[in-house]
Amino acid sequence: MAQTLPLHLLKPGSLARVKELKAKGNLRKRMLDLGLIKNTIVESLRRSPSGDPTAYQIRGAVIALRSEEASKIIVELVK
Amino acid sequence: MGLTQQSMGFYFLKEILKEKAVSSEDIIIALAGNPNTGKSTLFNRLSGLNQHTGNWPGKTVSSAQGVFYHKEKKFVVVDLPGTYSLFPNSVEEEVARDFICFGSPKVIVVVVDATCLERNLNLAMQILELCNNVVICVNLIDEAERKGIKIDLAALSRHLGVPVVGTNARDGVGLDELKDAVYQIAMGNMISIPYKITYDDEIEEAIRILQPSIEKFINCVIDSRWIALRALEGDYNLFSAFKYFLNYDLTISEELQQNLIKIKKQFNLSDDICRDKIVENILKEIEKISSKVITYNLNPYSMLDRKIDDIVTSKLFGIPIMIIFLAFIFWLTIKGANIPSEILASAFDYLEQHLSKLLIFFGVPSWLYGILIHGVYRTLAWVVSVMLPPMAIFFPLFTLLEDLGYLPRIAFNLDNFFKKANAHGKQALTMCMGFGCNAAGVIGCRIINSHRERLIAILTNNFVPCNGRFPTLITLSSMFFAYNAGALQSMAAALIVMLGVLLSVCLTLFFSKILSNTLLKGLPSSFTLELPPYRKPLLGRILVRSLFDRTLFVLSRAIYVAAPAGAVIWLMANTYSGSKTVLHHVSMLLDPLARLIGLDGFILMSFILGLPANEIVLPLLVMSYTAQGALVELADLNAMKQLFIDNGWTWLTALCTMLFVLNHWPCSTTLLTILKETKSLKWTFLAFLIPTLSGILICFILNQTVRFLCLI
Repeated sequence: MAQTLPLHLLKPGSLARVKELKAKGNLRKRMLDLGLIKNTIVESLRRSPSGDPTAYQIRGAVIALRSEEASKIIVELVK
Repeated sequence: MGLTQQSMGFYFLKEILKEKAVSSEDIIIALAGNPNTGKSTLFNRLSGLNQHTGNWPGKTVSSAQGVFYHKEKKFVVVDLPGTYSLFPNSVEEEVARDFICFGSPKVIVVVVDATCLERNLNLAMQILELCNNVVICVNLIDEAERKGIKIDLAALSRHLGVPVVGTNARDGVGLDELKDAVYQIAMGNMISIPYKITYDDEIEEAIRILQPSIEKFINCVIDSRWIALRALEGDYNLFSAFKYFLNYDLTISEELQQNLIKIKKQFNLSDDICRDKIVENILKEIEKISSKVITYNLNPYSMLDRKIDDIVTSKLFGIPIMIIFLAFIFWLTIKGANIPSEILASAFDYLEQHLSKLLIFFGVPSWLYGILIHGVYRTLAWVVSVMLPPMAIFFPLFTLLEDLGYLPRIAFNLDNFFKKANAHGKQALTMCMGFGCNAAGVIGCRIINSHRERLIAILTNNFVPCNGRFPTLITLSSMFFAYNAGALQSMAAALIVMLGVLLSVCLTLFFSKILSNTLLKGLPSSFTLELPPYRKPLLGRILVRSLFDRTLFVLSRAIYVAAPAGAVIWLMANTYSGSKTVLHHVSMLLDPLARLIGLDGFILMSFILGLPANEIVLPLLVMSYTAQGALVELADLNAMKQLFIDNGWTWLTALCTMLFVLNHWPCSTTLLTILKETKSLKWTFLAFLIPTLSGILICFILNQTVRFLCLI
């Protein structure tokens, strides 16, 4: 079993696979719009100079998420 | 407040439909697509219009319309705001959804970004489920090629069942093919059979059960399968739109409601689960199609972009680079504006002599001569010679940053501060728009979904100096902090302007925080920010666009306002009440308050008369000073500085004036825009009050402290 963690804890530079969306309502819709479904590969790119938000590569686009939102996405590390 | 997000959406849509004013012959086509796919560029290319474009999501907040002719048919193009899906998440996205559903366009052109096709196909698929009359425009095809992405357009068209055209709208590549495809669909020459997704068994079963009760209700105006899907997801926003546009209230259909409850129980589904399943099915389908039509030779987020982002958003350099960028722009502006300013001033001076001769030759009475030459002409000459050079340098540079795609990086760097101020992340973007024009910034706040955060963004937008105020800041700063400039001194002037900008950002954050703790309490809502790929800017177009769209626009507005204002000042200076002029009386009336905050009566009066356009504050001030005493020759900045010093200016006066430029009431255009956007006098008044009080307070404290410490 690979280790699961909320996305905001994923270290910049590492890849992960989406396991579960904990967000509800509008935020969930927005995440789905961005293509965040189960098994989508997400790469954590870098944190903003002030520590938050973090930029992720999702399906070819670079999207910045605040830690509040990213923490609602459960991912597992990809080797 | 009394305005819901929904009613706003309807209101904006009505605006679009009303403006359209087309005859029945005209063919209406809609441009839909994700944000930042080059829709506006395509729109400009098609319609020959110059709608402002920029490399950042959310540039088009209201829909623009244009016209083009193809094969002797007139097409009306509507450029919809960018949206990620037909599930609206903000007022502007609602406008896009409503237009696609209820605006009955003859053809919908879905613009997709070739560099990020997979994500973009999501919206395309959703639209294909709803309508047949679709053309897919794969834009930015050149950029995709550079990034090693190859797209088999013919295969994509086969899979989707609709025409697919590859374009590079920037250079006009593929536009004729696009127009042809639109024409064929519009004329019914080509029947498209769009690909419809087959969902998981339980969803399909649910659709089957729901469809009859929907069809009974709405007579097939809109695809009943599509409505069934939305009912399963619980898209109540769409249902109120139905009620509004079509007068069908689906929520009162008991049959439908009962069926929904039954199905959800039977299959153990909730709104969220349905939505997940639907999206999952769509995305899997897209993955399947993508794997057949797209080949990647490289990672789409190119190494170059990655390296640039590594630097401009790095922990160590991100914010310093941002500051240096801005400071460099100010420095270039200050350095570059001096000489053309002087040339223009002497040219106007030369012209004035000849105009005078002409007027005297025609025997114009002296009062009219005074109004025309000393009032109108001189104010105009000042507006042009003082304001034009900095604008002509500053705007292209700013547009360059905008086109490159740097603004979303600024938002990325600053977001944490906005979060801490309990404000919306996109406020960083609307703030950046404010640097261009506060009225535009206020309209831009439509991209913010939450009503509370949108109001905060609107109320604080005026803190950042707009195009009209930058030249005043730059002129004062070069006059008092860098005249007779060696390189070092103009750097000092740039630094001062830079500090002013930093202060304005701090004030924005500070007042956002205060508002979110008092009048507009709440926590920040969720947001996602896309960092688009960097785009190579077209230097020629930037020059033309920033010169014509911005410089000339701002300048012409200033001139419209300056001419009558100049006449008013001259009349005030030449109408006597008792032994003193009216100008003197008015400024003496304002003087006590003005002195308290480090200004004088004339300065405050110029600010008040400058309400219609901030650009004219400085020229008005020069006018009222010169109208007072003997007229002086104002050949250059030095002469202007001397005039100010003769009227009692010190570095403190300059500083207080600059601070007051940053912090005072918004111009009348911005106020009217705020009134229109909030539909509330109360919030408009507050938007007036907050920066004004802040300006008075800051100038008062600074002025009193400096005097108390005897620094002057």
